[in-house]
Amino acid sequence: MGKQERFDQLVQPLVDKHELIRRLSAVLKPDCLLYDAEDMRPYECDGLSAYTQLPMVVALPENEAQVQAVMRVCHAARVPVVARGAGTGLSGGAMPHAQGVTLGLSKLKKILEIDPVARMARVQPGVRNLAISDAAAPYGLYYAPDPSSQIACSIGGNVAENSGGVHCLKYGLTVHNVQKVRFVTIEGELLELGGDGLDNPGYDLLALITGSEGLLGVTTEITVKLLPTPVKAQVVLAAFSSLVDAGNAVANIIGAGIIPAGLEMMDKPAVHAVEQFVHAGYPLDAEAILLCESDGTPEEVENEIARVSEIMRTSGAFEIRTSRDDAERLKFWSGRKSAFPAVGRIVPDYFCMDGTIPKRRLAEVLDGISKLQDTHQLRCANVFHAGDGNLHPLIMFDANDDAQLQRAKQFGSDILRLCIEVGGTVTGEHGVGIEKINEMCIQFGQAELLQFHAIKHAFDAFALLNPGKAVPTLRRCAEFGAMHVHRGQTKFPELPRF
Amino acid sequence: MTDLVSEFSQRVQAAAKQGSALRPRGGGSKDFHACKLGGEPLDVSGYQGIVNYDPTELIITAKAGTPICDIEATLAEGGQMLACEPPRLSAGSTLGGCVAAGWSGPRRAYAGSVRDFVLGTRILNGRGEDLRFGGEVMKNVAGFDLSRLMTGSFGTLGLILEVSLKVLPRPLQELTLRFDLDEAHAIAAMNAWAAQPLPLSGTAWFDNKLYVRLSGPEPAVRAAKEKMGGEPQSDAQALWTSVRDQTLPHFSGTLWRLSIKSTTPALNLPGKSLLEWNGALRWLNSAADATAVHAAARKAGGHALRYRGGDLSQGLFQPDPAMLKLQQRIMAALDPDNVFSPARLHPSL
Repeated sequence: MGKQERFDQLVQPLVDKHELIRRLSAVLKPDCLLYDAEDMRPYECDGLSAYTQLPMVVALPENEAQVQAVMRVCHAARVPVVARGAGTGLSGGAMPHAQGVTLGLSKLKKILEIDPVARMARVQPGVRNLAISDAAAPYGLYYAPDPSSQIACSIGGNVAENSGGVHCLKYGLTVHNVQKVRFVTIEGELLELGGDGLDNPGYDLLALITGSEGLLGVTTEITVKLLPTPVKAQVVLAAFSSLVDAGNAVANIIGAGIIPAGLEMMDKPAVHAVEQFVHAGYPLDAEAILLCESDGTPEEVENEIARVSEIMRTSGAFEIRTSRDDAERLKFWSGRKSAFPAVGRIVPDYFCMDGTIPKRRLAEVLDGISKLQDTHQLRCANVFHAGDGNLHPLIMFDANDDAQLQRAKQFGSDILRLCIEVGGTVTGEHGVGIEKINEMCIQFGQAELLQFHAIKHAFDAFALLNPGKAVPTLRRCAEFGAMHVHRGQTKFPELPRF
Repeated sequence: MTDLVSEFSQRVQAAAKQGSALRPRGGGSKDFHACKLGGEPLDVSGYQGIVNYDPTELIITAKAGTPICDIEATLAEGGQMLACEPPRLSAGSTLGGCVAAGWSGPRRAYAGSVRDFVLGTRILNGRGEDLRFGGEVMKNVAGFDLSRLMTGSFGTLGLILEVSLKVLPRPLQELTLRFDLDEAHAIAAMNAWAAQPLPLSGTAWFDNKLYVRLSGPEPAVRAAKEKMGGEPQSDAQALWTSVRDQTLPHFSGTLWRLSIKSTTPALNLPGKSLLEWNGALRWLNSAADATAVHAAARKAGGHALRYRGGDLSQGLFQPDPAMLKLQQRIMAALDPDNVFSPARLHPSL
């Protein structure tokens, strides 16, 4: 059998639902096992509610040993396992598998240790992101990555997705802030990856499993770095009459040697949507606004804010405001932070895209998105982690209208293709999941996809962990039909087209 | 494919077919660090040049054979730097070697490691396939992070052809403070300062002196100095270069590198220690028994690496059996015929 067929083949479960429940009942308490449709309904989707599926069973282990036991049962029975944290993911990564077990880690929610001297927190995967910072706050420390869902999302999910946030240009993503994990393989074996030091000899499996979307194993304990809480933070709000000027201001700030704690852009439709919702006081006549946050010691902040304000001015901002106190700083941020719900209030549904592009291509990409609005007859508002090139176009539609839903999906796919064409990626921080699985066929060639499958195979020979997500099979790419084209050559010449 | 890349690819394919081995080699400055130097050298030093650099993107892409010194000179023109401060063990140290080793310098505990700054790679795997992972963007979660997996793999998983790295601006000002402290007090001081919002960018302790580097705008550096005390160090640049490039006498002889919890008390092992990274990195110059060193590192939540000298043939580190098995499977996934640097890290890796 060739390697391609090997990775395309699906292993069939060896047991039926009844037998699977019997085996799982031997390792879990009755209230930790759900199998009636109505009980499992809350698990049918994650934060991407356009994709739903009921699993065969939901397993809710209460400790690490039970996670291992569930994995052993599923491995022996060749049953797929889809791990799930808080279910706030935006790419359908935790969408259940019809023949599989959804492994919910929400009961593993203990903060095991805060070491304020070594500046580390050891926690279980179900602990909420913000709960770590809350627990560290009495020591003047915090956990830096702050995805917008941080009040609800779990650290286990953050590791699975390599989550970012508005401060990651300066403080890094999850991968930069996790030191060690305890990790259960599909065979139920427990491994410790990383350590209490800052690096480890041998292959960097900690980096490999971070962002692997539940395809390689399940974390049962995570040690994160804690940083000293900055003494001061201040925000500059700048309004521009063109997107190009705002884009240039971003380049000028970075080019001047400043790494802001946060640097966010919103276009006019996004500004108008949030102003109706939170009244943050944003200038409504601006084509784009920038929010630039500086944090650190009072001396660092004062120096940086002065330089940032000057650059905004010389880059053509027609209005510049600097937050005078923390209340005003939070008010400036309130609009950006409520962009998604604000858009959700003015239209029935929206898709949030997540491409990342080289920053110098911003004006071109926004122009392309504007043209796609006409093509697909749908509106789009743009919010943008401008400092790191991560774009979140919000495509507005009504899911009750099937034609609109289909156009919105195609609109999203076209935006991702545009991101790839300018040298970017289909996902900066939300993950591929099920949502962007087809676009992976455009971003990667056959050889890269096969290499991913070979790595997956090293961890999970029967492809039981979150099958069908994150890395498409070559068969799926052939059926999708949009091939990665490199120097005029089709990458899948030997595969049949349907 | 450029001519050189297709030549590399053909050599890899031929080696896979014949069952022979190749050892990717840049400047050769890390040849001392090997369990076994197997395979015929595959000289990558001719494959050099900066492919792309735009200071406003904070990203540089260069070919693997490019000397680190060339990259740093180019970055300096843009007011930027490799904030992980990889050691330049010789003038010929290359980007490929820097990423293959994954070793970082004094700024690592404050700015990040080589692995942290790697954004994308172009590699040849053990079948000679030309593959690209990651790219020239800061945030990218599409596909498994094979770029960071390559970092620190010492050429055992594939041949690194090109690397994209995140770079950072050079600090506006730097000041180094010197404190007369014994090891225990130095460890306590470094960890206490690291828990406070101070503009730290390097710590090194040896010969009962602790050196602390501060980086940032002048007022911020001055305020931190007033808070911390200590004596300004005059030839600070030379001092940090000698730690970073390992030219101090401490780095010769039989040397262990322990990466452990920063608060670990002074090691109860014979020999002399040099500390970095708030105490999370301990360079132990010692003829101590290997079993004792590995045990001490494990007890301190980390790992010991046989860095230089002594018997390296049993492996540079001691993975536990389950971990070794998984690492072997990952190696087989990238290099199924074991073409690349067999047994460089460990008799079976």
